[in-house]
Amino acid sequence: MIEAWTFAGVQLLLYVIGAPLLAGWVKRVKCRLQNRASPSVFQPYRDLAKLLRKHTTLAEQASWLFRITPYVVFGTTLVAAAVVPLLALPLPTAAVADVIVLAGFLALGRFFTALAGLDIGTAFGGMGSSREMMIGALAEPALLMTVFTVAMSAGTTNVSEAVGYALNSGLVLRPSFLFAALALMMIAVAETGRVPIDNPATHLELTMVHEAMILEYSGRHLALIEWASSIKFLVYFALIANLFLPWGIATEFTGPALAQSAAAIIAKLAVLAVLLVVWETVMAKMRLFRVPQYLGFAFMLALLGMLTHVVLETGG
Amino acid sequence: MDITQLGLYDQAILMFAAVVLFTSFAMLAQPRIVPLINLFAWQGALLSVTTALVAYVSKHPHLYFSAGLTLALKAFLIPWMLHRLAVRLNIHHEIEPLRYPSLILLGGAALVVFSYTVLAPVVELSKLTTRNTIAASQAVVLLGMLLMIFRKKAVAQVIGFMSIENGLFFAAVVATYGMPMVVELGVAFDVLVAAVLFGVFFFQMRESIDSLDVDRLNRLREVDEPIAPEAYGRERDT
Repeated sequence: MIEAWTFAGVQLLLYVIGAPLLAGWVKRVKCRLQNRASPSVFQPYRDLAKLLRKHTTLAEQASWLFRITPYVVFGTTLVAAAVVPLLALPLPTAAVADVIVLAGFLALGRFFTALAGLDIGTAFGGMGSSREMMIGALAEPALLMTVFTVAMSAGTTNVSEAVGYALNSGLVLRPSFLFAALALMMIAVAETGRVPIDNPATHLELTMVHEAMILEYSGRHLALIEWASSIKFLVYFALIANLFLPWGIATEFTGPALAQSAAAIIAKLAVLAVLLVVWETVMAKMRLFRVPQYLGFAFMLALLGMLTHVVLETGG
Repeated sequence: MDITQLGLYDQAILMFAAVVLFTSFAMLAQPRIVPLINLFAWQGALLSVTTALVAYVSKHPHLYFSAGLTLALKAFLIPWMLHRLAVRLNIHHEIEPLRYPSLILLGGAALVVFSYTVLAPVVELSKLTTRNTIAASQAVVLLGMLLMIFRKKAVAQVIGFMSIENGLFFAAVVATYGMPMVVELGVAFDVLVAAVLFGVFFFQMRESIDSLDVDRLNRLREVDEPIAPEAYGRERDT
């Protein structure tokens, strides 16, 4: 029991430390695919270190809300990361919050970011907040629908138990999981602010969403927010990888099992990242008013997943 | 029957059935003509894979023949004919603006629920391992009808019609392991002839009303109604 809790702590630390690496890897693959010279995969660490060293500048009108937001965002993302198994099962911290609460934590972080964007009173902040809330309001129902689809098969909303269920039932070709996985990937793209919803690499005022809200942050505040968003990115990736392709995850806390699990998850994440990069490269950034259609399609996929579960998999 | 009790090939049948259902939804959401035709071709190809799998699992070799026929006709020949028609009618770049796209997709989901509810007693009676798929095949038929109802362009309606036929074939395969060969051949050639006739019909329609918008068939030509300038401009655009 103690072992499991210790391991949960270690895993959380892995999330925090590993997240910038995944961001660096994605950036590197993207550069390669677009025939550009790429920065090192460790560049995000250097950026974070630089930001943490720098002085934090606050606007005169900034209230306490603006100051606590980076910590709230980082905190909620950490709690969300504690719920999703990365290397081993069973995860005792998963019992603390089920997957609906996980969506709630991510929403809480988004809520505070949006408030901070409004708080500072610049035009960009307000614009970014309003856009982010629109995307969030449409993405959350779709996310919950995906979660329900998986929960109906697994009979639980506990992520760790759901992954365990998928692992124990072996290779079952579930159409509902196929649709849920596709929907979750589309939602992850929208929620983590990637192309075609938002472009993380640009500061073009017409298109930015997430960047617009955090435009006024600097120094360690900015470092925390950037770090939190890369952890969120990793949480979504780990959720997709372990829920739909659970093979390789360790079920005991021994050296060989964990080593095998680490190799498996690194391979899965690397492949998923390459998929994301290919998708980002072939897609053009979408007009903001087409986002509801995109998320509506994700919702539709999730709904179809649920319907196929009822119609095809249980068969009345 | 729960999916975990089925063999891997039976699961694959369910998987492909679900993807066929998904192509129906994708067709509902696709406003462009050429991708719509491609989706229809994909539906035909997936249907033929499903049929081949059913043939393998149920050991009914005659279904391989049906699968081959479906692949040749619905995945290659008819889509190719429709492609050629679209190019010759010069509509292959056209985008048909869809009204209420999300509402229509939700309506489609409601149709899936409806066909599940309606067919639940039928599914109870069946002993086949593919029986869960019957409701999905019925849903493909209803979704094809939905496509025909809310699209205005004749080409899209024809694709809806062909997709209804896909659904019927699908239902026959999963509910009774296929129709007698005579019926199957007859239906296949009917569909082929229909595709040819629709082509002729498109050209006639284009010649007489200068559009493929079926809503305009309601108007009488003899009546000399003066066309308002802005309405005229709008019609030219579509």
